[in-house]
Formats: sequence, C-alpha cells, structure tokens
Amino acid sequence: MQQNIKESPFGRFSHGRCKERGTGYINKMNLAVKIAGIELKNPVMTASGTFGSGMEYADFVDLSRLGAVVTKGVSDVPWEGNPTPRVAEVYGGMLNAIGLQNPGVETFVRRDLPFLAGQNTRVIVNVCGHTEEEYLRVVERLGQEKAVDMLEINVSCPNVTRGALQFGQDPACLEALTSRIRRVARQPIIMKLTPNVTSIADLARAAEAGGADAVSLINTITGMKIDVERQRFVLANRTGGLSGPCIKPVAVRMVYQCARAVKIPIIGMGGIASGEDAVEFLLAGATAVAVGMMNFHDPHTTEHVVDGIRDYCRRHHVSDVRDLIGAVKDA
Amino acid sequence: MKKVILMTIRRTEQLADGIYRTVLHAPEGDGFGTMMPGQFLGIYPNDPAALLPRPISLCRQDPGTGDLVIVYRTAGRGTLELATQSAGSTVRVLGALGNGYDLSRFRGKRVLLLGGGIGIPPMLELAARLAGESGTAKQVTAVLGYRSSDFFLLEEFRKTADRVLIATDDGSAGTHGTVLDAVREDGTAFDIVAACGPMPMLRGVKQFAEERGTEAFLSLEERMACGVGVCLGCVCRTVNRDDHSKVNNARVCTEGPVFLASEVDI
Repeated sequence: MQQNIKESPFGRFSHGRCKERGTGYINKMNLAVKIAGIELKNPVMTASGTFGSGMEYADFVDLSRLGAVVTKGVSDVPWEGNPTPRVAEVYGGMLNAIGLQNPGVETFVRRDLPFLAGQNTRVIVNVCGHTEEEYLRVVERLGQEKAVDMLEINVSCPNVTRGALQFGQDPACLEALTSRIRRVARQPIIMKLTPNVTSIADLARAAEAGGADAVSLINTITGMKIDVERQRFVLANRTGGLSGPCIKPVAVRMVYQCARAVKIPIIGMGGIASGEDAVEFLLAGATAVAVGMMNFHDPHTTEHVVDGIRDYCRRHHVSDVRDLIGAVKDA
Repeated sequence: MKKVILMTIRRTEQLADGIYRTVLHAPEGDGFGTMMPGQFLGIYPNDPAALLPRPISLCRQDPGTGDLVIVYRTAGRGTLELATQSAGSTVRVLGALGNGYDLSRFRGKRVLLLGGGIGIPPMLELAARLAGESGTAKQVTAVLGYRSSDFFLLEEFRKTADRVLIATDDGSAGTHGTVLDAVREDGTAFDIVAACGPMPMLRGVKQFAEERGTEAFLSLEERMACGVGVCLGCVCRTVNRDDHSKVNNARVCTEGPVFLASEVDI
C-alpha cells in the first residue's frame, strides 16, 4: 500500500517554482516521516482517547490530511470505565479519569476499523489491558487485520490500576511486557510511556531493549482538583490525568531526554495546539507528534497543526521536515 | 452535521441573580439549521486558559433570523466571561449538539413540562413547539421550580404554555417545595412528562412517572469535555447495554441529553 507521500506545499503550483512571502524559493517540501519503515504523509497524528476512532471528528477534519489516526484504547472485552464526574477543566488544560471505557476489540474491528480503513490515512490502534494476557489477546486479534498499520500499547494510563504498580512504571516489567508483545505482534509496536516516573529515559531504554519499534510520550500527568466551595474532589476517581497546553514544557523536556537515550523513533505529545508547538517537539527529538486535548478546544486543531508545520518550514527554508528532528541547539 | 461557527452576541441581559440571557446571531446561511428543543451548544470561552466548550441548552430560536437564545447560570470563568462580553463581540460556538426531544412522542397528549432551576430554560423551546395553534400537543402545563421569587422566563412561559405552575424552595411564591409538590397539589392530569433540572429532582421525576405508569423524558446534565461523543467524559448509567458503548453507559452529549426515564439508571 505504498502511496505517494511527497506532499506539495504549493498545491496547484507544485510543478513550478514558487515564491512565498518573500522568503525565497523552495521547489518542493517533504513533510513525510517514517516510523518502523511505515511512511506517514506528515508527522501529525491524533493522541489516543481524544479522537475516538476518527468517525466522530469526520464532520470537522479531512482525515486523509493526517499522518495517522491513533484510536481510543481497545481492550479484549468491553470496559465500563470509571464513575462520573470523569472530566474537569483546569487552568490551561483538563483532568480526565475516563478509565478506558471502550466497546472491546470485536466491536472495534467490526464497526470502527472498516471506517478508518477507507480514510487514506495510517491507522494506529491503541491497546490497553489489565494483565499481560489481556494485552496479548488484543494484539493477536489485531494481527489478523490488514487495515491496522501499527499498534500503540498503553502501559501508562494513570486511571486504571491493577496491583501496586502500573506495568509502565517499572523498567524491568516494561521490558518484559514489550518483548512478549513483540513476539506476538504482526505490526510494529509503539510503547506509550508515562511521565509519572523519576526517569522516563529509563523506560524508553527498557522499551527499546524489549524490542519496541517506537515510543510515544507523554501520557497524562497524574493530578487532582478539589472544589473548595463544596470541599469535595471534583473527579469521582479523585485523581485524573492532566493534559493540555499546561503540560507541554514537561512533555518537551521528556521527549528530549528520551531522544538522547534511545535510537528508536519518538512520537511526542502534550498540549500541542499549533504548528510551532509541533516543531518544538520535533526539534527536541520527536519524529512525529500527536494532537490530544486541544481537539476538544478546536476540532480542527490537527489540520491547523499540519498547515502550521508547513508554514514553519516555508518560513525557515526547511525543505525536509526530517531535518528538524533533534535539531535543537544550545541557547 | 456538526460544525464550529463564529457567532455574534446581539445582546446579553441579566434575568435574575446569576442568571443571564444571551442572544447569539449566526452568520447568514451558516447557522446550525433548525435545532430541536433539548439540543445544546458548546460555547468556547475566549480566555486562552479555559479551553473546553461550555455546554448550554437552547432556550429559544428564531429560524427566520438565525438567532439563538441561551439562558444560563454563571457558574465559573467561562460563563462569567460570556455574561460580560459586549454586544457585537463574537464567540466560537460548537453545534448543534445532542439528540433533543422527539416531538412526535408528545402528539395529541397532555404534556407536563417540569423545569427546575437552570433546567427551566430548555423547557421553553419545547413548550413553544408543543403548545399553541401550531403545537402538536393537546395541552401543555409547565411547572417551574425556583429557589425564591427571583423568577426568570416566567412571563415567556405564561405566554407560551397553556398553564404555568410555580414552586419555590423558600415558599415565597407558588407551592412551597419542589415541582413535584406543585404537580401533586394541583392534581393536574397528564399523559407524558418532560423534565430538566438537578439530579435529585430528576430522580424524583423518574420515580413519580414510574408510579403513575407515565412515559417521562429527562434531559440530563453531566461534566463534559469534547461535546461530540469522543472523550466519553459525560456518560450516564443505562438500564440496558448501550448499543454504541457495549456497556451500560450512554454518552449524555450524543445519545442524550434527552433520555427516556425508564432507560437510565440515575
């Protein structure tokens, strides 16, 4: 399923030389990036849990303009999730404690996957589980589906607990789980890392050692909100995952640290709202980026980010977006 | 089809303590079309630190001019900003959201509309569509529950519904108590109920309707993020397995906010 992944920034003028905003001449611009040998037409994905299975946002977004759609977490059987209230707004972001409610892999494959398969974008399915066996069952099942380009393994949801430690918080545990999944998976696997650890670089190394094809980060940061008037927790779960622009500096720092620690590609996310935000993650060392919470602020955000990256490249005479990856210099 | 539209604020006025009415104007030919009563809008604050749309129900609409009327309580930074924005300024609006009321269910019936507190405004559009000469219901009785005699929208209901009953928490007007107390006191006859208000009231309405063997529709409220069915933040428990979620949770923003009382576990 090789597509022409070279995108022209100049639309109908793509065969000629174009002068844009007086910044000089660029004949062509490459926005395509590669992860585990799979080409994305541009580095912009959706962050799991903020885009459903793409269907709900199809009124707003031309999905074929995105590098990939990453689905909401899929488990082996339907999950009910947490009691409400599940969401709360905070300054510059939000808290959520959805608890990975999802209809299970069979419904996903029957209802959501055929829709996604027809959208001319890469399909990355986020996989969740309580136990190693649950992860493996979903991974095996999705291995039969050709429409699935990659798997993202959610080992880091702060709202679902089973045992004292999440898989994703202990490097040895993470490496073992990664290698078990690697042996079963038919598609490349991306391990999604939690920021709720002392050293996220150790986790990235563990995922790489276990055979991960890429890592994505960051998942949400565990937070809490208290209604002082009512003197009650705002969320039924008491704690929730913090996301949105307020976490971006933490995410950029962690992407930078992981990029220094591993050779596998990194998918960066955390509060991305614009092309500049995305470029910040690329400069820190991400190969691709994902737009998450800001989809809720503006359903068109993903497309704006794609356009913004292109504008940035134009302004900075960057003919290949890959030249930005890890290109940050000292102050 | 859902979309985001930049709307102009025609005017905002205070109706009661903490209750405001804002008239929004959609650009020519670029509105949400005719909205159903019970549907709502997602209003994005301009404040860059308040990122989520505020779900606010439609109170009235004028399909001729594209004007949408919302009546809301200022509950936090987003609604406070909206209430203080000047006429002529613009807001980003996501809509039209939610299922709304199925008017055919009310055809030829004696309808009891129950509104409690900030659950009162969405009942006005429903009353307007059901009552009067063009309405499809046989009779519309609106029962409005206020905290005190600091009323809002009362005159509009009196002009719209066939009958209006009032209940106040403090007993300063109408029945001292809840909307259900007012219904029991009045003994009014009805075939179907539609209600919007705080959860304890809706639980009472559900029980009341079950005891009477009457069909009741409840307009639910829940903390919401995306407004379009993606985030699964605003679910409510359902009696049967929901077809979309495959669990006993339905999305208030998408399958709701209007539910048959017998289908939700509240």
